[in-house]
Amino acid sequence: MNYNWNWGVFLSETPSGGTTYLAWLFEGLQWTVMLSLSAWLIALLVGFVIGVLRTVPHRGWSTLATAYVEIFRNIPLLVQLFLWYFVMPELLPEAWGMAFKQSHPLTQQFLAAMVCLGLFTAARVAEQVRAGIESLPKGQWAAGQALGFTLPQIYRYVLVPMAARIVVPPLTSEFLNIFKNSAVATTIGLIELSRQAQQLVDYTAQPYEAFIAVTVLYLAINVVVMFLMRRLEQRTRVPGFIGGGQ
Amino acid sequence: MYEFDWSSIPGALPLLAKGLMVTFEVTLTAIVVGIVWGTLLAVARLSSNKLVSFAAASYVNLFRSVPLVMVILWFYLIVPQLLRSVFGDALGDIRLASALIAFSLFEAAYYSEIIRAGIQSVARGQIAAGLALGMTYAQTMRLVVLPQAFRNMTPLLLTQAVILFQDTSLVYVIGLSDFFGTAYKVGDRDGRLVELLLFAGAIYFIISFAASQLVKRLESRYAR
Amino acid sequence: MIEINQVSKWYGSFQVLTDNTTRINTGEVVVVCGPSGSGKSTLIKCVNGLEAFQQGTITVNGVSVGDPATNLAKLRSHVGMVFQHFELFPHMSITENLTIAQTKVLGRSQDEAVSKGLALLDRVGLRAQADKFPGQLSGGQQQRVAIARALAMDPICMLFDEPTSALDPEMINEVLDVMVELAQEGMTMMCVTHEMGFARKVAHRVVFMDHGQIVEDAAKDAFFGTPRSERAQQFLSKILNH
Repeated sequence: MNYNWNWGVFLSETPSGGTTYLAWLFEGLQWTVMLSLSAWLIALLVGFVIGVLRTVPHRGWSTLATAYVEIFRNIPLLVQLFLWYFVMPELLPEAWGMAFKQSHPLTQQFLAAMVCLGLFTAARVAEQVRAGIESLPKGQWAAGQALGFTLPQIYRYVLVPMAARIVVPPLTSEFLNIFKNSAVATTIGLIELSRQAQQLVDYTAQPYEAFIAVTVLYLAINVVVMFLMRRLEQRTRVPGFIGGGQ
Repeated sequence: MYEFDWSSIPGALPLLAKGLMVTFEVTLTAIVVGIVWGTLLAVARLSSNKLVSFAAASYVNLFRSVPLVMVILWFYLIVPQLLRSVFGDALGDIRLASALIAFSLFEAAYYSEIIRAGIQSVARGQIAAGLALGMTYAQTMRLVVLPQAFRNMTPLLLTQAVILFQDTSLVYVIGLSDFFGTAYKVGDRDGRLVELLLFAGAIYFIISFAASQLVKRLESRYAR
Repeated sequence: MIEINQVSKWYGSFQVLTDNTTRINTGEVVVVCGPSGSGKSTLIKCVNGLEAFQQGTITVNGVSVGDPATNLAKLRSHVGMVFQHFELFPHMSITENLTIAQTKVLGRSQDEAVSKGLALLDRVGLRAQADKFPGQLSGGQQQRVAIARALAMDPICMLFDEPTSALDPEMINEVLDVMVELAQEGMTMMCVTHEMGFARKVAHRVVFMDHGQIVEDAAKDAFFGTPRSERAQQFLSKILNH
């Protein structure tokens, strides 16, 4: 193959002018990070609630939570994204649907992708939280009851704080996943990293430089996230507990 | 309120079925190649040869750090050029070929992690026992360790297969008409995107849910 | 104080408790013993409603435990319980373990809860460990903290569910010493335990259970003198001979 490498391409001006391809990449990186972080917030909030509900000794609530997890785990992420982006606005009350469709395209794309990624990841977070709670000894529950705690108090003071610490390591991989999964938003046109890679391929004749640059950026995100989560793991470690220091 | 009109689905069923076959083709190929290649990677990663294990680890970590969408796009960039240099311009379906290769190599990285954990779950004493009987390391792996490991990890491998089945919908980014791609195109053509997307979601759900319930059943039977 | 009246319990079709009746008067110390699987742990957990029972009644200080209208959380808040595996909350410091229920259940102020908790910690000889976490203490120390945690709620009676069974032998006495002291102060206590030395020293009565039934319910001296049932005799000879 005779391919002309040209790494200088990133510094050349884009056809729309006034900016460089490097700036495009940076913009893509920003969207990827913003999308992932905001979706992660949703995933944590919803995930903890659903995960707790799955363990509650109340048939109705736990069935509801199980249904949530099964639905969000068994439909492909891409299909869910299209459902949020194309179908949801049609099914909403007309005024809301119109408001959504009349907003800036970027707003539409971002909102749909954020809600989709957040609720999708919530189902996976919920499973980790449930497993964390179920891994606690039954006696913890009994001890909470014996002290006169009500059911919500047992969850609030005994089970959830401990489960939250247990799930930090498995949540690290979910956090990494959300960055990777955010690339799916390219399909509805959100200009995140992988969309920018494709744009660069379209506009420049240097596909390899573009793909390599974006791949490296994803690797960098991975490294940063792993570093941060390891720090968090150390800080939340319970002294004297499995893996905890004296 | 939105008025549903499902009338474009019955006529499109043959097309959709064809798309579903493509989905299954990609899924099954990636499962088979992924497990075989993944097993080799896992064994390589556990090898005492530093270079071999480093190479395997790099492969696995690279694929696991990059979004599947990017991997699919990468292979759609590389594969056609490779094929062209080998076969000239007499080409079959480039999209399908790229997707098959991308998914196989990508899944191998995930499978190899499952398989590595499975191998490590087999007691060390088993390897010692195999070697003590005069088997070579390769024989011990093949005859003693791997059969036990695969038994332990069958549920995880199957769960990964269900995830893979869902992930194949991402071939949308290279325009391959799998089940989802077909559903989208039909919906777009007939102006019935809402119905077609809901229909596609329902079909994916039914297949994935049934498969994961089956895995759960199998798991509890293994546990006994 | 505690009245157990014809209590029976089933797990599905399997009967784990059969028609048990006994009572523990205010200021009394009653030891419940019996082979493993005899239902003694299940019975003591019925007393504060941790386990449900299908037949009979249990009243604690006049409140019926099985009555659906009873506020169990309120009842439990003044019935102390000590568990076989301590069940301290691993993510909280010792001080937090001692104060959390005081503040959240009894509504005491933080200052009041801390001074009460520390006083009790002092009493079980662990004042110096106040800022540590449960995982950093030995089993015996953890169990003493667990006793202090229960006492911090100003219980009207105490339930002990095999408090020394999970301990290494050299740690058993430090826990028993605390229990003996408590008994001598007049605390109403129901203790599921195999520690017959403890029973001899402070128990008023001994209840012997086997196969989910109370087989023997006698004053201490009568029990250790001549147990009436053969099963109790066998049990005692096994326990005392090692």
